[in-house]
Amino acid sequence: MAEAMIEFQSVTKQYQGGQPAVDNLSMSIDQGAITVFVGPSGCGKTTSLRMINRMVEPTSGTITVAGKDVSAEPAAQLRRSMGYVMQSAGLMPHRTVLDNIATVPRLNGVPKTEARRRAAELLDVVGLASGLGRRYPSQLSGGQQQRVGVARALAADPPVLLMDEPFSAVDPVVRDELQQELLRLQRELDKTIVFVTHDIDEATVLGDKVAVFAVGGRLAQYAAPEEILRAPANDFVASFVGRDRGFRRLSFNAADSVRLHPAKTVDAAAAAGSNSEWALVLDDDSRPLGWASPRDGGGLVPGGSLFRPGDSLRRALDAALSSPSGLGVAVDGDGRLAGVLKAEEILVLIEEGRRRREEPD
Amino acid sequence: MEWFLANSGTVFGLAGQHFVLAVVPMVLGLVISVPLAQLARGRRALRTAVTTASSLLYTIPSLALFIILPPVLGTRILDPVNVVVALTIYAVALLVRAAMDAFDSVDEELLLAATAMGFTASARFLRIDIPLSLPVLFAGLRVVSVSNISLVSVAALLGVGNLGVLFTDGLQRTFITEVVVGILGILVLALLMDALLVLLERVLTPWTRAAAMPAAGSAALMAAMSETRIHEGAG
Repeated sequence: MAEAMIEFQSVTKQYQGGQPAVDNLSMSIDQGAITVFVGPSGCGKTTSLRMINRMVEPTSGTITVAGKDVSAEPAAQLRRSMGYVMQSAGLMPHRTVLDNIATVPRLNGVPKTEARRRAAELLDVVGLASGLGRRYPSQLSGGQQQRVGVARALAADPPVLLMDEPFSAVDPVVRDELQQELLRLQRELDKTIVFVTHDIDEATVLGDKVAVFAVGGRLAQYAAPEEILRAPANDFVASFVGRDRGFRRLSFNAADSVRLHPAKTVDAAAAAGSNSEWALVLDDDSRPLGWASPRDGGGLVPGGSLFRPGDSLRRALDAALSSPSGLGVAVDGDGRLAGVLKAEEILVLIEEGRRRREEPD
Repeated sequence: MEWFLANSGTVFGLAGQHFVLAVVPMVLGLVISVPLAQLARGRRALRTAVTTASSLLYTIPSLALFIILPPVLGTRILDPVNVVVALTIYAVALLVRAAMDAFDSVDEELLLAATAMGFTASARFLRIDIPLSLPVLFAGLRVVSVSNISLVSVAALLGVGNLGVLFTDGLQRTFITEVVVGILGILVLALLMDALLVLLERVLTPWTRAAAMPAAGSAALMAAMSETRIHEGAG
């Protein structure tokens, strides 16, 4: 069992003459884990996050970080001990990228050259070219700015990172990239991360634990993402999690035991010829290019999603369902064909998994 | 031209006085306006009061102000302090609104981010509000600079030394050359001041030009180009 890093004890936030924004919240957040606050707008998830670094002061209750009451320290000083990433990267337009990253160390009195040297290292940590350091934020793309925002939050090496919908303003492809990047970073850095999002998919991808908030600032369920998808605590959570939660939960099941079959393949030159059945078109390096259709004398049809080693059952099933031939294409780590998989066999695996969970231990 | 060469010493002396009488109120106006605008920020009543007062102040005719001020301040009518105080009032009237607009132009999200990072209120003001207000403030300063330089010449009617003296003197003697030199002198002074302000703004706000450059794509191209140059330099 992980140790608690942040604890909410009967925390309530009530604005004048309104419903409570956060209602009697008690929860403990594990050290070194990513905890995601998720819920519809107006559920108090952002308010709860901001009470941790006192951007919002609770009406009643206490919050402790590493056993210390947050109200015991001057607010500005407390905030410097926690990284903060927000939706708009919130970079200072009049400072270069390096100086933006160096902000908190500079506030803490670290000499300029040293702070900049550390900032340059962080540029690399978040996957940005060192040449970007001398640019101004307006010269970067949205995704790059968000990476700078993450680097800035890490600059003072705080044990706690607060992330307030950091990836919701970037396009889906970049968001996916940033999510994977965050998971990679977290494996190296081992921070206690509190992450706010309204996107349940993002919550289940990133969270070691997910806290689902209901409107009115109540905590509806707080559990591992797999459990929230499998066993929603009530109707609110079930409806918030959405209709395809069953399919999404497959993300948490390994697909190591999926059987791979040999595939009928042709090279690119033969693809134009007529085929009696679907055949996988490969390049000279045996990487899949697409499918040769059996109709109308062949022709290259784009393939579906690829199944890679280590992928989940969700990816395996999607590879099969998205393939024009009905056969999911599996590749090895170098992108070379490893075999094809069949949807019906994946369904059998899913059912076997369900039976195993039903059996008493 | 001959007259100018013969009297260049006097003209330059008057130009110097003119410059000082225009710049000192501008600086004082800035020093008063910026804190005042910060004070009015987020205080609706004070903001309305400041806006109204600044409009009213600016409508007072300058000559009237030059005459009213000595009894109010207890100064002699010829004292340049009257001019400085009067022009400072006009500068504040213009700059306080510019400063309020400038602070409005600072992104709320950025201020939130600054708070979240642990900026104290004063650090946030000095390191974020002030630098980001500079472009709008400088626009205000350029207006004040032109306005002050033209208003200073009115003070010549009271006998306070500046280039405007060339008008009054030239008119009295119906000596048109002197009037023309006065006009040209004021024009040149106004242009010089403006150029100085533009230059100062460029030095103080390097990021605004970076922002004008198209982002990612061409920036990457430029980076690639500069890299090529480095390689060429190395080879």
